Amino acid sequence: MRSLYGVAGLLLLMEAVPRLGLVDERFLPPASEILRTLGGQLVTAGLWAALGETLLGWALGLGIAFCAAVAAGMVIGTVPGLRAATNSTVEFLRPIPSVALIPLATLLFGASLGSTLLLVVYASFWQVLIQVLYGVAAVDPVAVDTARSYGFSSWTRMRRLVWPSALPYIMTGLRLAAAVAFILAITAELVIGSPGLGLEIQIAQSSGAVAQVYALIVLAGLIGIAVNVGVRTLERRVLSWHQSVRREVAA
Amino acid sequence: MRVVNALAVPLLLVGVWWLVSGGSFYLPSPGRVAAAFAETWFSERVLTDVLPSLARLAAGYTLAGVIGVGLGVAIGLSSGLRAAAEPVLEFFRAVPPPVLVPLIMLFAGIDNAMKVAVIVSGCVWPILLNTVEGVRAIDEVLADTCKLYGVRLRHLVLRSASPQIMAGLRQALSIGIILMVISEMFASSSGLGFTIVLFQRGFQIAEMWSGIVLLGLIGWGLSLVFRMVEKRVLAWYHRA
Repeated sequence: MRSLYGVAGLLLLMEAVPRLGLVDERFLPPASEILRTLGGQLVTAGLWAALGETLLGWALGLGIAFCAAVAAGMVIGTVPGLRAATNSTVEFLRPIPSVALIPLATLLFGASLGSTLLLVVYASFWQVLIQVLYGVAAVDPVAVDTARSYGFSSWTRMRRLVWPSALPYIMTGLRLAAAVAFILAITAELVIGSPGLGLEIQIAQSSGAVAQVYALIVLAGLIGIAVNVGVRTLERRVLSWHQSVRREVAA
Repeated sequence: MRVVNALAVPLLLVGVWWLVSGGSFYLPSPGRVAAAFAETWFSERVLTDVLPSLARLAAGYTLAGVIGVGLGVAIGLSSGLRAAAEPVLEFFRAVPPPVLVPLIMLFAGIDNAMKVAVIVSGCVWPILLNTVEGVRAIDEVLADTCKLYGVRLRHLVLRSASPQIMAGLRQALSIGIILMVISEMFASSSGLGFTIVLFQRGFQIAEMWSGIVLLGLIGWGLSLVFRMVEKRVLAWYHRA
């Protein structure tokens, strides 16, 4: 209930400040006008097409990065010696800001889905990989030895032991990567001009449609929240057997 | 053995790069990129482009830290304020920070103030939310004891929340670097992001790669510095 006060307060403030002339209306339109613009936008086909492009880049990039990172992480984590050998490389490549690749993406793919994918995949790959490595390292060694002495093949060990043990970590990686992937998808559209919500914002800004810029930013924020909530729900569903989630439900 | 382990894969990768790059237009050989790197960045560009970018990042990041921790402590200590503010804060955190660039350009033009404002507006949310989280989780017995003894803010609140604050600062650092680059790519006449895009538009491919390498080195160096600082600040926490 209280949480509604906060939202109402913010809307009221955003309505009052421009109306009272504290900030020029050309820079900050009243909240009612922003919401009206958003409502008007939501019934246009163009907005939904742009939204679809953004979500396609997000989902595709996240999916590619997730699969590649899980596969790489499993191999690096389970083959003896590989973890130590790749550590310096991973630690060097990981903090490289993916926006550094913007010029490269522009050259290779131009303003298209490919640019978006390059940035999204690079940024989210490391988030997942690191968590997979942590997860594989946290597998109980006694359980590994037990599985081995029972003669389980390495594929069965991977499938029945390593994967479920590492799953909580992997889901954390997916959650972090989902947020980062959304940021990078919007960034690619905004800066490179790949089709999507970011491009719409850029067009609205350069044509001086200020209320529309605000409306689209609000929309981007709402999608960001939906992404967070969605991934959290997925995490809880997938890990419903795990004690960390079971305890939460019981409490 | 450790040195071999640390260097083998990077050397292998550079070797592959060198083999693959023969004659490729988009991927110059490592030697050419290294030469371009030395020529491009060991010049007055360090003063005109690199240092101003880093100074804006430092200013924005520090400001975001002060605002984030200050507001975070205030919100975290009051449960009423927290309940009201949390959904609003969650919303602001969910907004992808780069979309704020066109917005802030409206208010602040395209000068230094705009770029610093962009960095602050992106970095402040993870710091703020993590601080709130950390302040909320203060041990109650400890809080009551400290109240009796009359110590509070610095020794109790900031200290108990410091692991979370550091986690927020770490997230904010990578966002800050992203925004530093983007704000310059968007509208600027100097800075790292601007220069790299200029190289790309002029098809100076080796120079462009050298810029990407430099950004990578900056990202890597800053995360290294951050880890050292974190180790010191949280030494008491990791020992326990």
